[in-house]
Amino acid sequence: APADGPLELGRAATGEEIAAWDKDVSPDGTGLPAGSGSVEVGEVLFSENCASCHGEFAEGVGNWPKLSGGEGTLADDDPVKTVGSYWPHLSTAWDYVNRSMPFGNAQTLEDDEVYAIVAYILYSNFLVEDDFVLSDANFLEVEMPNAGNFVIDDRPETEYGRFSGEVCMSDCKEAVEITMRAAVLDVTPEDEDAPATNVDEASVEI
Amino acid sequence: MTIRKTPKGASRRAFLTSAAAATLGAGAARAAGDPLITEIQPWAQGFGDGVDATPYGLPIEYESDVVRRNVEWLTADTISSINFTPIHALDGTITPQGCAFERHHSGAIDMRKQDYRLMLHGMVEKELVFTYEDLERFPRESHVYFCECAANSGMEWAGAQLNGAQFTHGMIHNMEYVGIPLRTLLAEVGVKPEGKWLYVEGHDASSNGRSIPMEKALDDVLLAFKANGEALRKEHGYPVRLVVPGWEGNMWIKWIRRIEVMAGPVESREETSKYTDTLADGTSRKWTWVMDAKSVITSPSPQSPIPHGPGPMVITGLAWSGRGAITRVDVTTDGGKNWTEARLASEGKAKALTRFYLDLEWDGAEMLLQSRAHDQTGYVQPTKDQLREVRGLNSIYHNNGIQTWWVKADGRAENVEIS
Repeated sequence: APADGPLELGRAATGEEIAAWDKDVSPDGTGLPAGSGSVEVGEVLFSENCASCHGEFAEGVGNWPKLSGGEGTLADDDPVKTVGSYWPHLSTAWDYVNRSMPFGNAQTLEDDEVYAIVAYILYSNFLVEDDFVLSDANFLEVEMPNAGNFVIDDRPETEYGRFSGEVCMSDCKEAVEITMRAAVLDVTPEDEDAPATNVDEASVEI
Repeated sequence: MTIRKTPKGASRRAFLTSAAAATLGAGAARAAGDPLITEIQPWAQGFGDGVDATPYGLPIEYESDVVRRNVEWLTADTISSINFTPIHALDGTITPQGCAFERHHSGAIDMRKQDYRLMLHGMVEKELVFTYEDLERFPRESHVYFCECAANSGMEWAGAQLNGAQFTHGMIHNMEYVGIPLRTLLAEVGVKPEGKWLYVEGHDASSNGRSIPMEKALDDVLLAFKANGEALRKEHGYPVRLVVPGWEGNMWIKWIRRIEVMAGPVESREETSKYTDTLADGTSRKWTWVMDAKSVITSPSPQSPIPHGPGPMVITGLAWSGRGAITRVDVTTDGGKNWTEARLASEGKAKALTRFYLDLEWDGAEMLLQSRAHDQTGYVQPTKDQLREVRGLNSIYHNNGIQTWWVKADGRAENVEIS
């Protein structure tokens, strides 16, 4: 029978179970545990736990994410999107580091260690001084530079009218030119046992 | 005379070579007849495999090029990375699970049903924990939907880059799901009036937490445990994943472990740092959940050249829209000067892949192939340039612009952009 009322399946979640899994932190600070950590302590922790991928100054190593830098680049040809230049909320940094970092060894940091590492990331983005101590008490005082530059999906207003309606079916344009070719860039993985030269031979025969 | 057998790992390029050899061979043998017909072949004489040979089968070895592919330079490692569905070689609409693309943020985790737990809590009357066995006791629904990564075609924003439909459009799969409507589970726990959002996360280390508005959760979101008839594959969220019809693939939380009913969105990493779309002026869109109408010609395409020369041929491809059913697909062979309405293999289903065909008598001349999807809302798939006019080049996600393949006189195709 379809469920028009509860089926009374499942069992009550205990307080400890909810606490173990419910770690998310919202922009208004909801979910933050009591605790604190300094830039100074964060620098050591970052060096030990994070710098092998993210660099000593959070500037990123190789292809690994840059956590600092990129101020004022968002309208450039190649924007550099970091915690400092892009992220709208500090809560996200705390929440993500706490739950999912270090990569490959997640959920190993204590609350105070997360505060310290986040304080160091702020410092590496020149958003706080080197004697700064981040805590649940002053968390909301930190201003994220890009916080005001996000808009909720506006495609219904900016695109849907423009991309709807009658379409041209014949004699739509006079000339067509090729302006860009992927083969010139040549970054697509090739099949090793099928050398490209075979294609030319085959094409001639066919 | 080896057309029946292409080497293991052979691509369509190798196929071209063997097709050419076969053409020559058939010519030489024409007087006597094709030995594949005139000589008794081993398979017509002896035995094939017994029914006990393969309890769970894989495709025959000659199809070994129809596999997921990785593009190494795209990401820092293969754990938080993407691979691509071989859409250039598939037909119909259902994606075989074994070659359906993967996107993980901390790898494909291995979880037994016995170890699975789902917690619903927050602004609800009853905070509950379910086992996998509990979930199987709720009333089920079944639907076919596409799951498209928000970043599908994202490498093509700045121009033609990757040479193949698998790479430009293959962050997508389409499956028949069986599962429980999320609204059923929400009724079980009783949502309080102040509960307007859900925060949903997975069991894996990345958690992939996303905020979903209550309206969508009560509409068509499923907790799925079966896909294309069987359990989810490990890499697709075994034993339970979220199915969020029409919305960007990142929100299809795999290995789902927790649903928290909340008053507002969490603004997690995956909806602030990632899956936000930066525009030319440096501002960014957030919560761009819906995947707009899109299409691509899967064959011919760079990995699926025309092997046979002029004459009858089939142009085929896929179309889809997150806002409803595909109602029509137009195809051009001359770069958009003239368009022909393609044939839909079957009526478009809402938020699912639709197969289209255009049967053509090819004269052997070069073609600039494009497809243009229309959905039931009247939206028409834009060109890449039309999208760039609104968004610039740096939005990374949500590139649904029209794709062009330059088909040359020898049947090979290339990813290009045209004026």
